[in-house]
Amino acid sequence: MKQTDRRSFLKIAGSSLGIGVLYSAYPAAHATGEAGDFFNTLGQSSGEKLTPFSFVQLSDAHVGFNGPPDPLGTKAFERAAEMINGLPQRPDLILFTGDLTHDTEDRDVHVQRMKQFQEISKRINVPVIKHVPGEHDAGLDGGALYREMFGDTYYSFDHRGVHFVALDNVTRAKPEVGAEQLTWLKKDLARFPKTAPIVVFTHRPLFDLRPDWEWFTSDGDDVMNVLSAYDNLTVLYGHIHRDDEHQTGSVHHYAARSLIFAFPDPNGVSGPRKPVPFDKDHPFKNLGIRTVAFNGMPQPGSAPLSIDDIELTAREFRGINGVQQLLRNSKV
Amino acid sequence: MTRTKLFRLAFTVVPCFCSLALLTGASSPSAPEMPVIDITAKRFAFAPDKITLTKGKTVKLRIHSEDVTHGFFLRPLKLDEEIPAGQTIEVAVTPQEAGTFTLICDHFCGANHGNMNMTVGVE
Repeated sequence: MKQTDRRSFLKIAGSSLGIGVLYSAYPAAHATGEAGDFFNTLGQSSGEKLTPFSFVQLSDAHVGFNGPPDPLGTKAFERAAEMINGLPQRPDLILFTGDLTHDTEDRDVHVQRMKQFQEISKRINVPVIKHVPGEHDAGLDGGALYREMFGDTYYSFDHRGVHFVALDNVTRAKPEVGAEQLTWLKKDLARFPKTAPIVVFTHRPLFDLRPDWEWFTSDGDDVMNVLSAYDNLTVLYGHIHRDDEHQTGSVHHYAARSLIFAFPDPNGVSGPRKPVPFDKDHPFKNLGIRTVAFNGMPQPGSAPLSIDDIELTAREFRGINGVQQLLRNSKV
Repeated sequence: MTRTKLFRLAFTVVPCFCSLALLTGASSPSAPEMPVIDITAKRFAFAPDKITLTKGKTVKLRIHSEDVTHGFFLRPLKLDEEIPAGQTIEVAVTPQEAGTFTLICDHFCGANHGNMNMTVGVE
């Protein structure tokens, strides 16, 4: 079996808009050997040509939330929609990592909140939007209403050579995936070689980030035992209302910021979690842009990704998107 | 005394002795009594919201849910329980580590679930 260059698979570059994270994937650009064969097979079976693409991760809009940490309601979500539509490079996909809506025991009110979420989502000029539920969407009724409005709570799909897996760690009310879904996950991934590019998106972190803030998944170790068999696997999640990077073995975990309010850096904060206070002079503070760029073959001791943050109010992008924006503007 | 009266006497006196034994702990006079701490779980708070335990000393926690199902989770003390709606559970705990910990409800119980916690001090 040929050794395959890691950089052949998943190049990630983009802008976290505070609104989320834009990722660029170049899965097949340099694929050789086992991976190249796999991409070709996947391309033939799906009919898709393997070409670079980008996508955006959004999280935690909490549509319907009405509390002191954020008096803005859906304004950040709406602003996110505008910014995505203004991106120099149109993303292929949006991945929404949970807490689309805020919970309520009134079913009719929750339906309205989900409809409002869908109405704002429709403004985003991106052909495919995929979701996973958060506990505020699906924790009270085991995901029954979510399934009616959005479909399955866990599933997978392929896009241009990348395998995407949506994992549900909220509908059992506890922070867990559960044995049934774990069996499904093993079966779903069994057909892929260990070098396949895979993106897992879920709501809660799959590792113990801060268990006393419920920032964990109780059977996350079981899930990671399955995922860690893959060399080029990335986990995207939400829930923690702030950006975060973490690595377990070869797996990289990235959290996106929320679209409602922020939580503080858990390091050095003892006791219960409290939201970052709302700053009326800077309403989108902590909802800024984060750009992520994959730097090619990781060198020992260096991070494979470079990250750039820009506030949500920014009109200009940096990183790859900034270059593309400049090029586009220079043609005008 | 007829057999029936003897039966009635047995069913009257024996349970009384048993109840008395349970109340006084006389059934095992040499065993030290395990302290019990009563805790109530109700959206979105535990009462009391702070308890103090002693390192190495076993205590029984008796937790009652007054409304919906709640979780009772504190990893450093290996506590991971479910309290079904309206029910009471008991769990013995022997803290091995001193410190101040935040115990959380980890069974989603509603809008303010994220703030349902209690402080557990171990001295």
